[in-house]
Amino acid sequence: MSNNSTAKLMQGNVAIAHGAIAAGCRFFAGYPITPSSEIAEVLSKELPAVDGTFIQMEDEIASIGAVVGASIAGAKSMTATSGPGFSLKQENLGMAVMAEVPLVVVDVQRGGPSTGLPTKGSQGDVMQARWGTHGDHPIIAIAPSSVEECYDMTIRAFNLAEQYRTPVIILTDEIIAHLTEKIEIKPASKIELYNRGKPNVAPEKYLPYKLTESGIPPMANFGEGYRYHITGLVHDETGFPTNDEKEAHRQLMRLNTKFDQHMDSILDYEEINTKNMDLLLVSYGAPARSAKRAMKIMQKQGVNAGYLRLKTIWPFATDKIKKLSRKVDTIIVPEMNLGQIAGEIERYIPDNTEIIRVNHVNGEAIKPQEIVNAMIKKD
Amino acid sequence: MSFRQEIRLSGSGGQGLILVGKVLAEAAAIYDGLNATQSQSYGPEARGGASRSEVIISDGDIEYPKAENLDILLALTQEACNKYHKDLKAGGILIVDEKMVKTIPDKDYKVVQLPIIKSATERLGKFIVANIVSLGIIVKISEVVSEESIRHAIKARVPKGTEELNLKAFDEGMALAEEWLNAHSG
Repeated sequence: MSNNSTAKLMQGNVAIAHGAIAAGCRFFAGYPITPSSEIAEVLSKELPAVDGTFIQMEDEIASIGAVVGASIAGAKSMTATSGPGFSLKQENLGMAVMAEVPLVVVDVQRGGPSTGLPTKGSQGDVMQARWGTHGDHPIIAIAPSSVEECYDMTIRAFNLAEQYRTPVIILTDEIIAHLTEKIEIKPASKIELYNRGKPNVAPEKYLPYKLTESGIPPMANFGEGYRYHITGLVHDETGFPTNDEKEAHRQLMRLNTKFDQHMDSILDYEEINTKNMDLLLVSYGAPARSAKRAMKIMQKQGVNAGYLRLKTIWPFATDKIKKLSRKVDTIIVPEMNLGQIAGEIERYIPDNTEIIRVNHVNGEAIKPQEIVNAMIKKD
Repeated sequence: MSFRQEIRLSGSGGQGLILVGKVLAEAAAIYDGLNATQSQSYGPEARGGASRSEVIISDGDIEYPKAENLDILLALTQEACNKYHKDLKAGGILIVDEKMVKTIPDKDYKVVQLPIIKSATERLGKFIVANIVSLGIIVKISEVVSEESIRHAIKARVPKGTEELNLKAFDEGMALAEEWLNAHSG
């Protein structure tokens, strides 16, 4: 019998909570909802133990409101919810995007629309994560496929939020969030943490929305002597509202292109056998595990299948999809919705490349054999 | 070729089947050094409603974490047995409570019918430990994890203060299974 002391058996949601603590999260406000509640449950115990704050708020709207405020005051902050609660958070999420407030929202997707299938898995919120709040805006959403990634990607979510002054959505699903499996917890010394860039000018010279070279203006925490205005209205470099069309254009274009020069660091994916392949599987979250199994079954049957797993969902891996789609005539996209990413892929591929969609909206996991069968049916 | 064992624990919500799944997975993954996943499917009810917990144990990677070709099925209600027996592979093991499950499908399974709930209620005085009695039966009959590992995992996973009761329940299940094995050998 071996007992490797760094290996633990852990549930996905529990790993997200512990990953948040490891990332330096010290503020959580939320309202319980299946299948995300274990995240709040664990943090209600763990946060006070590290002098952090846990608040169960009166609803989802107030939860993200509190998280926006806590982050402005300097705390790495998070909330967790599922589809119905994510809908409620959209207004304040937009405010955080506009005001460029770093924060993390975990959406453990369950069957929808509305209250839907509360205890069943789904990926129905992919487009809600992208366009749930109104107006053209940038957003980062990442999707774990294992319990270990629940931990690691939560740390990454906080790092991305702090580096790029943005809300980051962890778009997981009931299957991964309620999966229990082995994980290796990295020692703190091996975890790289990023903190928001602070101003290096005197308070009276500070411009919170300055057009900097990196596209990311430094952020002063409230209470540190830098007094500035925060609003959801279009604002100039000082943070005060403006109606000037040139200034509005300048600031909104900066906002909407601020990830462009950082795409290499934001985009993340797993690629297997994509150099010389005849067919490509593209997946993310729980179905990506089935897709990987399907790839192995196909390869055994003599089909030269390649595999691309999107770990970053938004911004979309446009260039990668363009490049890989030119090598194949068929792309299989298994997802637990009716083709939200398949539709996105379709925008970027050659006309003669066919997409085979393998979709579930009944809450049940997609079986590897279903993916293999979809390929056989086509032939 | 790596091995893959698929176990489904089924019954009604509140019977503690998710805990049994986590104990089995912990024994395999942490103490026996294998890979294991535990997943679950249940309704929105706090108690009642169909509930199932699944454990995959393998010495290789576990990509698909759900069970589809069962080696072992535990059914603590007739409804669960009716619904899931078709997922058992030929020659698989079907473990049922003899009072709750009266109609057994006539197929190529090894059927282990035992007084699981009666033993928990009468011999241990707690209906609630029927789940761990079942675990004793599964481990004795399948030998899917080592006895030493499962005892460590029970101690690590059951609520504090109930370790002794649960270990007794485990022994009770092992003893029931041993009687069954003796009666069905050769």
